[in-house]
This record gives sequence, C-alpha cells and structure tokens, in this order.
Amino acid sequence: MTFIELIKQPWPWYVAGPIIGLMVPALLIFGNKTFGISSSLRHVCAACMPAKIPFFQYDWKKEMWNLFFVLGVFLGGIVTVIYFKNDQAIVVNPSLVNELSGYGLTEINGLVPEQLFSWESLGTARGLIMMVFGGFLVGFGTRYAGGCTSGHAIMGLSNLQLPSLIATISFMVGGFIMANLILPYILSL
Amino acid sequence: MNNNIKDTNTDFEVRSLDAMCVNDEQVNIPAWHNLKYLIFGLFFGIVLIKAEVVSWYRIQEMFRLQSFHMFGVIGSAVAVGALSVFLIKKFKIKTINGEAIILPEKTFNKGQIYGGLLFGFGWAMTGACPGPLFAQLGYGATAIAVTILAAIAGTWIYGKFREQLPH
Repeated sequence: MTFIELIKQPWPWYVAGPIIGLMVPALLIFGNKTFGISSSLRHVCAACMPAKIPFFQYDWKKEMWNLFFVLGVFLGGIVTVIYFKNDQAIVVNPSLVNELSGYGLTEINGLVPEQLFSWESLGTARGLIMMVFGGFLVGFGTRYAGGCTSGHAIMGLSNLQLPSLIATISFMVGGFIMANLILPYILSL
Repeated sequence: MNNNIKDTNTDFEVRSLDAMCVNDEQVNIPAWHNLKYLIFGLFFGIVLIKAEVVSWYRIQEMFRLQSFHMFGVIGSAVAVGALSVFLIKKFKIKTINGEAIILPEKTFNKGQIYGGLLFGFGWAMTGACPGPLFAQLGYGATAIAVTILAAIAGTWIYGKFREQLPH
C-alpha cells in the first residue's frame, strides 16, 4: 500500500484525535490564539450586517485570523475531495442503517445523506427543517453558549475550564435528546 | 447578571472584546501573516474529513452510542490539548514572537446550558458543528451553503435578542 493509498483510508480516532488536539498548542504558540471556530460566524455578522447591534460592534478585523482559518477548512475540503478521497463506501453501524432505511434514507454515501442535504431536498419539509432550522440552531446555540466543539469541548476542556465542561455536557445532552427523541419525528415527515 | 448583560463578556473566544485581557499580539504583524492560519485551517479541514468527524453518520452513531469513534476522537484531542496546555503553563512557553501565552479564564453563565442544549440539537440535526460545515461545503456538498447561511442568521438573531435572553 502506498502512502497516498494509506492516507485515503478513513483515519482511526487515535490518529485524528491527537492531531486535532495539537491545534491547541499550534495556535497558541504561532499567534497566541485560542482555538475556536464558531466565532467566525459572529465576525461575518460584525463585518457584513452589524445593524447597530451592540454584540456586533467591535473591530472584527482584529479577529481576521479566524476567518482565514475557516477559509482554510473550506479549502481543506476541496483538497481532500481532489487528492485524498476515499473510494470505498462509508462503513456505518448496521442498526443505524436499518433505522435510516425505515425513513426511506437508503443511500448511505458521502459525508451527509444526499436525500436530506441537497438543493432538491430543500423543497421537502424534513430537508428544509434539517438544513435551515438545524443550521440556525448551530449558529444561535454556539454563540449563546459562547463556543462550540472546538472552543469549549477541545480548547476549554484542555484549559480545565468548568464552564466549558458544563457547555460540553449540554451539547451532548442536547444531541442525545435530538437524535433519539425528536429526530425520528422530523425524519418521518 | 441580566441587568448588565450588554457589557458582560460571555464570549471568551473574541479576545479583542475583553477589556481585562487585551491580548492582541503586541508586535505589529503584517496582515499576510494571517496566511499561517489558512494553512492550519487547511490541515485541520483535511483531518476532519479523513477522520469522518464531519460525517453525518458518525455523529448519529455518537448520539446513539453505536460507535466509539467520535468519543475517541474528542477524548484523545482533549487529552493531547490538556497535556499541551499543562506544558505551556509549566514551562512558561512563549509564542514564536516571544510573547507570554495568555489563556482566558471563563466564567459561568446560564447561556452555556441553554445555548449548549440548542447547539446540541443543531449538531444532531446537521451532523456538523461550525468547522465541519465549512469542510462539508469544500468537499462538494454545495447545499450546505444554505446551512452555513442559516447558522450566520442564527448568530445574528442571538446578537439581536441577546439582552432579552437569560444568561
């Protein structure tokens, strides 16, 4: 197996997790920045439509690094699909496959099920809810909580911050409630 | 706390807001130096996709306890991050520009619970937190642009009604 073939395989957690963890010291040492991605959404608001809202009145240009970072993440997606795409289908837990097929979600491929997240599915009730309302909750909730998985769960916990532990537990509880109790109704629409 | 929420920092990610900790790099650094964050982001995006952290299916498995993968990724990331922060503090490691590294101390507010739960809902629906949304878009899921715009709208609505929300 060549190196490129190896890279194209899905990376195990014990390879990816530590690399992600190293983003924390990398950003601190290379620029005194604390790891956190959801703030980029706030900077976009501050830059494009501050509308005299106090929360968006700050010098977003000072936080420009964050926008460069998310642009990099976007480019990382492009680089991966061009050079490191895994040609095998994703391996998913059979009970999840079974559950999803009950909602008519039979095409298990890609990063997201195209039957839910595509331009066509925007015209369906469940696609619209998943993409638009789901996205809204991601933006609203992360800013309300003051951070997301990177800012609270990884950066905050690495710095042993109790508020970040509380936030991370809340993320997980919210996710468990949505996935197990609410999502079945949305996916049945 | 509600009375002066307007002036209270709840967002420890945006340092230029925090009067107690004006933590700009003191050395005047040219704007093109931001390109290093582009490189970090690019690398991070590749890792997110190759580890399938941005996969909607992996997130569903996580919240149904059907796979250890995501717990392993987040757990080992925190372990490495915590060890790094410990070493930085212990040996007072400085930035490449010779500045002391400053880590913000966060204070508790109820937003971390309410906002956290709402973000958890969104995470389980979209299968993505903010970083992965950008990676999914780059990977070719173009319709995720709609989800990103919705997330920006959510952030804006939060900012608009922030003073009316319990914190």
